[in-house]
Parts: sequence; C-alpha cells; structure tokens
Amino acid sequence: MGLKPTPYGTAIPFEEKELKFVGKNPTERPDAIEKVTGRARYAADYSLPGQLFGKVLRSPHAHANILSIDTSAAEALPGVKAVVTMDDFPDLEVEIAAAGELMVNFRDVTRNVMAREKVLYDGHPLAAVAATSNAIAKRALKLIKVEYEVLPHVIDVVEAMQPDAPILHEDQFTKGVDPKPEKPSNIATRIESKLGNSEEGFKKADVIIERHFNTKAAHQGYIEPHACVANYTEGGYAEVWTSTQGHFVFRSQIAKILKMDLAKITVTPAELGGGFGGKNTVYLEPLAIVLSKKSRHPVKMVMTRDEVFRATGPTSGTNTKVKIGATKDGKITGAQAELNYQSGAFAGSSLSMAAVTVFTRYDIENILVIGHDVTCNRPKVAAYRAPGAPMIAFGVESVIDELAEKLEIDPIEFRLTNAAKEGTQTHFGPKLGPIGFVETLEAAKASEHMKMPLGPNQGRGIATGFWFTIGNETSSTLNIAEDGTASFVYGTVDVAGGSRAVFTQIVAEELGIPLESIRVVQSNTTSLGFNFTTAGSRGTAAGSMAAVKASRDAVARMCDIAAKIWDVDIDEVAWEDGHARPAGANVGDFDPLSVADLAKKAAYYGGTIAGHAELNVVGGGPGFGTHIIDVEVDKGTGAVKVLRYSVIQDAGKAVFPDYVKAQFHGGAVQGIGMALNEEYIYDENGIMENPGFLDYRMPVASDVPNIDTIIVEVPNPNHPYGVRGIGEVPIIPPLAAIANAIHDATGIRLQDHPMSPPKVLKAMSEL
Amino acid sequence: MRYEAPTSVEAATELLAGGKPEARVLAGGTDILVQMHMDAIAPELLVDIKNISEMRQIESLDDGYRFGAAVTGVELMDHANFCRTWPGVMDGVKLIGSLQVRGRATVAGNVCNASPAADSVPALIAAGAIATIAGPNGRRDIPVEDIGTGPGKTSLENGEILVSFFLAKARPSSGGAYQRFTPRTEMDIAIVGVGIDLTLGDDGVCTHARVALGAVAEKALLVEEAAATLIGTKVDEQALDNLAAAASAACRPIDDKRGTKEYRIEVAGVLARRVAAIALSRAKSAREK
Ligand SMILES: Cc1cc2nc3c(=O)[nH]c(=O)nc-3n(C[C@H](O)[C@H](O)[C@H](O)COP(=O)(O)OP(=O)(O)OC[C@H]3O[C@@H](n4cnc5c(N)ncnc54)[C@H](O)[C@@H]3O)c2cc1C
Repeated sequence: MGLKPTPYGTAIPFEEKELKFVGKNPTERPDAIEKVTGRARYAADYSLPGQLFGKVLRSPHAHANILSIDTSAAEALPGVKAVVTMDDFPDLEVEIAAAGELMVNFRDVTRNVMAREKVLYDGHPLAAVAATSNAIAKRALKLIKVEYEVLPHVIDVVEAMQPDAPILHEDQFTKGVDPKPEKPSNIATRIESKLGNSEEGFKKADVIIERHFNTKAAHQGYIEPHACVANYTEGGYAEVWTSTQGHFVFRSQIAKILKMDLAKITVTPAELGGGFGGKNTVYLEPLAIVLSKKSRHPVKMVMTRDEVFRATGPTSGTNTKVKIGATKDGKITGAQAELNYQSGAFAGSSLSMAAVTVFTRYDIENILVIGHDVTCNRPKVAAYRAPGAPMIAFGVESVIDELAEKLEIDPIEFRLTNAAKEGTQTHFGPKLGPIGFVETLEAAKASEHMKMPLGPNQGRGIATGFWFTIGNETSSTLNIAEDGTASFVYGTVDVAGGSRAVFTQIVAEELGIPLESIRVVQSNTTSLGFNFTTAGSRGTAAGSMAAVKASRDAVARMCDIAAKIWDVDIDEVAWEDGHARPAGANVGDFDPLSVADLAKKAAYYGGTIAGHAELNVVGGGPGFGTHIIDVEVDKGTGAVKVLRYSVIQDAGKAVFPDYVKAQFHGGAVQGIGMALNEEYIYDENGIMENPGFLDYRMPVASDVPNIDTIIVEVPNPNHPYGVRGIGEVPIIPPLAAIANAIHDATGIRLQDHPMSPPKVLKAMSEL
Repeated sequence: MRYEAPTSVEAATELLAGGKPEARVLAGGTDILVQMHMDAIAPELLVDIKNISEMRQIESLDDGYRFGAAVTGVELMDHANFCRTWPGVMDGVKLIGSLQVRGRATVAGNVCNASPAADSVPALIAAGAIATIAGPNGRRDIPVEDIGTGPGKTSLENGEILVSFFLAKARPSSGGAYQRFTPRTEMDIAIVGVGIDLTLGDDGVCTHARVALGAVAEKALLVEEAAATLIGTKVDEQALDNLAAAASAACRPIDDKRGTKEYRIEVAGVLARRVAAIALSRAKSAREK
C-alpha cells in the first residue's frame, strides 16, 4: 500500500494442524469487563497533575488568506498559560511517508495541523490556547483577532476540476500528465491502471452499459472524539497519551512536525473508541506538545463532535463513471472506469488504491481505469475502511446488476461466470493466489436467505467486494514469568477488533498452555521496536504472525533449557502440549518439563525466557465477500428499510469466529448508514451544515436488521494459520447491494448517493 | 452562573421576573443543557422546576386530566390510564428521543423549547390541550397552539412559566394519533409530523376533528381546512384524499439540510392519510367499548 514490496519480508507458510484454541470462541475476552464497567481508559480519561486544557481556534471560512493573527488579548486573559500559532511550528519541505493506507506529505501535514498561508476549509486550525479551565480556554479563543481575506471556494469535485475553478494551491500542477501542465490545477494527480485494450474489448461485447455515479463524503463516525494528553519536560522529552491506530507512526509524525528525535518522544496508545482509518494521522498531538512546552504544564485536548466532523478525515466524495461490456452469454469483454475523488484541502485521497482495484473481483482481459485526485475546500480526507472502494463498487456492482438484468442472467451466475480465481491477472499487477471469491458466491447461492420469499414493495440485491491485507513492520515480545505464566507485548493497536483475545489464542496454541496463563498487553513506543499502524486489515493477520514468531522463539529457548538440564542436544528435545519432552525413546527417560518448571530454572541456565519478533510481514491474503440485502421501500415516503442482510466472506481462517462475525456486522452497518442517509452537507459559503449526529444521520440500532453471516475459509498459504484480513471487505458491497435491492423492489436505479427518502421518492415519481 | 431550585410556582416566577434576561427555566434539561454545551446560549440563572410539587402531579379530574410541567415522559408512559385515554398524545411523547432522554424530558420543555419539529406539540394541539401559565400578574390559560411563535420563540412573557397542561375529558367515540417522518427510526428530528384527533357520531360520521402539522412551518400549525375535509364524512378514501391535499396545501416549509420543501409538502399529505386512518380505528374501537 504505497510501500515498496520487500524481498526481505517474512511469511510463515500455512500448516494444516489440529487446533485447540484457534477457531474456537473463548469465553474470556481480555478487554471486555473493563469496557463494560467503564474502567477501560480512553485518551480523554487520562489526567496528569497540574494539567491545563487546550482548545483550538478554527477557521470560519472555507477559503481565505490569513492576513494577521493577534493573540495578545488572549494571552493577557487570566488563566491562559500559552497560545500557539503557525509561528510556533517549523515549515516543512515536501516529504512523502506512509500513514496507514494513505500516504501523507509532511509539508501538508504541518499545514493541516496549523494553517500557515491560508485556511483551506471550515474548521481549519489556526491557533491553540492552553488555560487552567476549558471555559477560560474557550473565552481566550474569542479574544484572538484574525484578519482574513476571504477567497472564492470550491466544494464539489467536478466543479473543482474545471479550469476556471478557485485554486487551492498555486504550486500544484497535475502529476501524471505529460508534458507538465503550465497552469496550476486542483487535480493533484492523474493515474491510470490498464490491462489489455478496453476499446477492443468493447468491440466483442453484445451489450455495453455506461453510467455515472456521485457519492457524498461520509465520516468514519467513531464514537470517541480525538483526544490526547501531552507532557513536555525540561529535559526535552515529550510524552503523549492519545487515541491512535498507530502510536509508532504518530511518533514519527510528531518528530517530523516538531523536528525532534524519535527517542525523545514516548507515545502511549489509549484504549481506542473506534478509528476505521480516521486515527492514522495526528491532529491535536503536536499542538498539545508545543502548548505544554510553552506553558511548562501537561496539556489535555479533547475535540468536540463538531470539530471531529469539520476538521478530521471523512472519506472522499466522488464522481465516477463505469462502462462495462459483455457478450450474450454473460462474459465480460471490456471495462472502463473514471474516478474523480475529493482529497479535501490537501492532495492524497484514497484514489491510489481504489483506482487499481476497481475490477479485481472479475477476470477481465481488457481494463482501463483513469483516476483524478482533486483538492477542494473540505477537510483533508482520511482513510475509511477499504479507503475509496465502497464508492466505486457502488458504480461497478450497479452496472454489473444492470448487465445481468439486461442479459436475463441471474446476478450471482453472472458474477460466477466472470469471477476472479487463483491465477487471474489483476490490473494492479500480480496474479491472484488462492482466493475464496467463487466460494462466497456459491455459498450465497445456496444460502437460506436466497430462499426467503419477498413481499410487495420488497426487493433483493447482491454485490461483492475485494480488499487487500497489508503486512508491514510488526514487533512483539513474549515474556515468560518466573511462575510460567506468559505476557505477550504487542505493538499494533487493538482497534477494538479484539486483538488481545486473538493473540491470547495464538500464543496458547503455540505454547500449549491455557488461555488463563497468558496476559496480552499493549506496548507504548519505548517497549518494542517500530510497528506500522493497524490499518489495511492487518491487525490479526500481521499481529498474529509476530505472535507465532515470538512464541516459537520462546519455545526454542525453553527447549534449550531442557536440553541443558538433561544434558542432551537441543534437537533431542521436542515441544508438545506445553512441555519439553525427549524427542524419542533413545534420548533418555526424562520427565517432561512444564513451562513453570523451565521458568523456575531459567536463570541458572542462562537467563529469563523471552521470545521476540521484529518482522516485516508480507503475504497478506486478499479478501473477498458477497452480500445479500433485502429491502422494503415505502412508496409514500421513499424510506428504505433493510429487512434482511447476509454477509458471506472468506476469512482464510477465523481465529475467533464471533469476532470475525462482529467485523462483518460492523462493516455492513457502516455501509447501510453510508448508503441510506450519511452525507456531508455544505451551505453556499462552504460551511458544513450538519457537524453532529442529529443531522449527520448514522444508523441507530433499530435501523439495522439482524445480520446473518457465513464465514468461508480458504486458507492464505502465506500465514501459519491461513488468516486473511477481514476488517475492510464488509463495507464495500452495501451501497451497491442496497441500490440493487431498491431497483428490484421499485424499478428505479439510483446513481446518486445517499439513497435518502427524498431521492428515492423523486426517482419513483419519475419512473 | 446561578442555579436555583425553588419549591413553589410563585418563588419560581419571582426568580425569573427578577432575574436578568438570561434567566431560564430548567426542566429535564435535554434541550437546554445541550444548547449550553454547544455554546448556543449562556444563561446566568437557571431555575430548576423539579422541586415544585404542583408541577410533578398527574391528576385525574372529573372534567379531564391535568399534568404538571415537570412530569417526565417516562412518568406519563408509566401512567396506564392516561396512556389509554390519550393514545395520540402518547404517540408524540413516546417519540421524544430515547428511553433515557424521556426519563428526563418533559412535555412542557418540548413545548417551550419551541422547535417547529417538537413531537408532542402537534399531538397536544390535535387533542385540544390547554396550558396554564403563571407569571408576575397571576395565572392564565391558553391553547398549546398559541405558545410557540417561531423557532425557539414563545408567547410567554418575561417571568412567565408553564405550570401544567389540561386535557378536557375525551368525547365518546373519539381517537387520536400522531406520526412523524424521520429518515432514521429513532433519535432523529421530524421532517414532518401530523397529529389528528377525531370524533365519530353514532352513524360513524365524523362530527369533530382537529388536524395539526409539525415541522412544515415556523411553528406547529392547527389546520382547520384539513379538519374540515373529515367532518361530515365517514373518513373514506375520498375524504382521505381531500385531507392529504389540504394538509399539503397548508405547509409552508423551508428547504434545509433536513429536507426539501417539495418533499415535506408531499409527505405531509401521505402522513395525514396514515394518521387519520389510525385515529379512525382508535375512535371506532372506543365506540365499541
Ligand atoms: C438525544 C436527544 C434526542 C431528542 N429527540 C427528540 C425527538 O425525537 N423529538 C422531540 O420533539 N424532541 C427531542 N429531543 C429534544 C428534547 O428532549 C425535548 O424537546 C424535551 O421534551 C425537552 O424537555 P426538557 O424537560 O428536557 O426541557 P429543558 O431542556 O429543560 O427545557 C427546554 C426549554 O424549555 C424551557 N422550559 C422548560 N420548562 C418550562 C416551563 N415549565 N415553562 C417555561 N419554559 C420552560 C427551558 O427554559 C428551555 O428553554 C431530543 C433531545 C435529545 C438530547
């Protein structure tokens, strides 16, 4: 994902074996009790003695030059201990780095954290205050005088692409076009992904369908607003407790923005109240550190929901075109797509991954995808669960459904005819390895859901999704205590998906000791080597690889101790069921040694027992899924009710099946929300009109039906337990599946998202 | 900021009248505290009315029901007889927020917050509810439709406070209902709300009707033209068509982030039909009893 593939990566091959813990649902969930009793500590729950409260002054304009900022009155207010503006942050050069699934440019990151020349969106930070109370900090913000020169703004992606559109960055010339353009443009990048010759492909088609689609920006909607506590000490060290999906990547970003050494910064990830890609980049942390440095007090900052909506990453709003041709017997001969994606105030949307995976679910010889990454006066977009994929899948899976209808072929059969399998050439580069896409379609076809009868005004829709699993740097340590219990320290983040339970199962399986003997603990940035962000569905897939490696390391060390005790060769010791045993009858008649026995004697035989992993994981297995959705449309109001929902997805191996289902549910629910009602709404001045959950309508529990799940398991050959990433795929199909179900119920085809009641009612009246 | 919790209506009105313009009544706080958190208002005095016993009562009287301004939604929901007598009002009350919100929220707060989309208001208007207002110059009774004057604005004078609501004994063979349309099933704000009460004669002909619309104008509307389409009919298809047209015609909504004008107008008619059908069936079953 934006990172160069490495020939030095680690993939531990899949081994079929009998499993005691993996694949079962443990009754103990290590983080559950603390969460339900309210004891789990989220970032906003941390407090330090003498702490101040930090607040951010945000732009009330969509686009304006900053002429001056006068903070003197705010500084004079009793209780105010520090005020910072752009002058407190060094300017940075262009430098690109990975941050989760999207890339960041430090020149832009520092400008997003604190505006420099211009404000580029409603909510753009331009000063911050630390005071002895929140109320004083808020009062101080009102005393900061900013002179603006308001500039024309642009919100819509298609308008932003026009040659006469207001330009956000005078130094931005479209990349990816030859020769280099002479005029600056909001189109930051043009990319192309190609296979065969699509025009030739269309010549072989009997039916060609071309449609245009628009989707609105949607927010990740994590329940926990961004929050942090920072403490800068006189020795030049910074400590930060924060809400993050990647504490090591946050540390790198802080170090760049503040020009500090990495080793002088400690970032501790708090319990995470959801991220979904939105907590991969810093917003408050550098401000809190500089405020702490200036005030010589710890500083706590917590965003309001309004700030979360206005200034943290939603996903891109998009304008897309999809054109697909097929023969009478249902074989797709050619496909084209154009993707115009909002990146918000700074370049770098989810386009880069979305564009190269548009058609990966299908075996198509001729493909052309063109994409544009477009800046506009909105918050900089962040990754959101399969970044960019749901919006283009809305188009592709809607057109596939229309083709199947036109050709009078069942929509599942049509997809089966064209389904990608092992050996299919992708348009992003490699050929696919063993995958479970066909298996999900077959399971959908055979499901109980497909047999359920539909009533009046009801319809059924199908859609599919594909996403990668990334690997990347993953470190962990397994420490065996003197009594034989084990603590496993991991450096990814439990993004609330259940990493702790899953790692416990893996360590128990590897060591052969009970779950109760293992405690899994989150590291901070000092207790382990670098870990990449928990993104790209890698939490369990890559994290468990490190757990396997660290466990096997510790087992090797325990075998070494046993060999020393018995005075035999290390390869004469076998590890079985949590004990070191003689590898064969001829080794000698030794009683097996338990982990506790070995731990007790470890010091004499060389020292404490531990295992380590410092890996760059590769070989993440691609994930595929098929969704079936039944809806009922209210003909009087246009309201769409989701009646029945099935998620069928290849998990490779479900380590903790209930948690896998929870991921399927979560993706489906977020997809339902995005499909039906969620959207960013702007007024004519480019001000967001619905920065709160009352008017940004995420679904509530009663909007969502019971969701059935079928877990397909086609093992990933590059993972010791066959695991694939599963977190992102389930948000890809819902938009299209709902659109297809609405069509089945009413005959209308919706190409404008969200499919909210007024749009549905209007489309029905125009039928 | 000052907080006071007087124990009598007189003490409350005195505090409010004597206070600065920023003095506010605090009932359940589910509107006002949210507005304070959002920095929309910053009152200097909050007068909590929850300790005033007169305002905490639900009384069954010979000529009807009276309930106090500090009675919560849940307290009304737990009052089986009130619920049986005023199902239309309860349709509205039960839509306010979630169970947790209703555990604090009051009907008086819903009325005095003066949101055009408030859910209990069209239901109260359709039911003919009368509010008792107390102020520095004594008490007065006004119909609920005369309280809200525009978003966030009421006809209450400085120092005045809503004390209680009175619902006159329901006519025999009458029924009421309220429905709203929201994109989400719960925790949402009405795009349109319709409250209808109607009474049937022995021959099944509607003798009396009140129709109220929410969220389609600057305040909840009592629409006499819509009621007129029902009176004298058996509330048949033709009458319902006329009702829908009259309800749509009475709307004067705005286009905003919550819904377009044309959508609100159309759905007002659709909902009016549906609500009238429910009110009719409740009136019929009342007659059978
Ligand atoms: C999550 C959530 C969901 C909600 N959902 C809905 C919904 O679906 N439908 C809906 O209609 N509302 C909804 N609301 C709004 C709110 O709950 C209702 O309007 C509620 O009825 C207000 O009652 P309260 O007692 O909490 O009023 P308060 O907040 O205490 O007061 C509201 C206003 O009325 C004034 N006031 C209160 N009592 C009196 C009185 N006796 N005399 C004079 N003035 C008075 C106050 O000064 C204040 O201005 C929701 C609120 C929240 C937080």
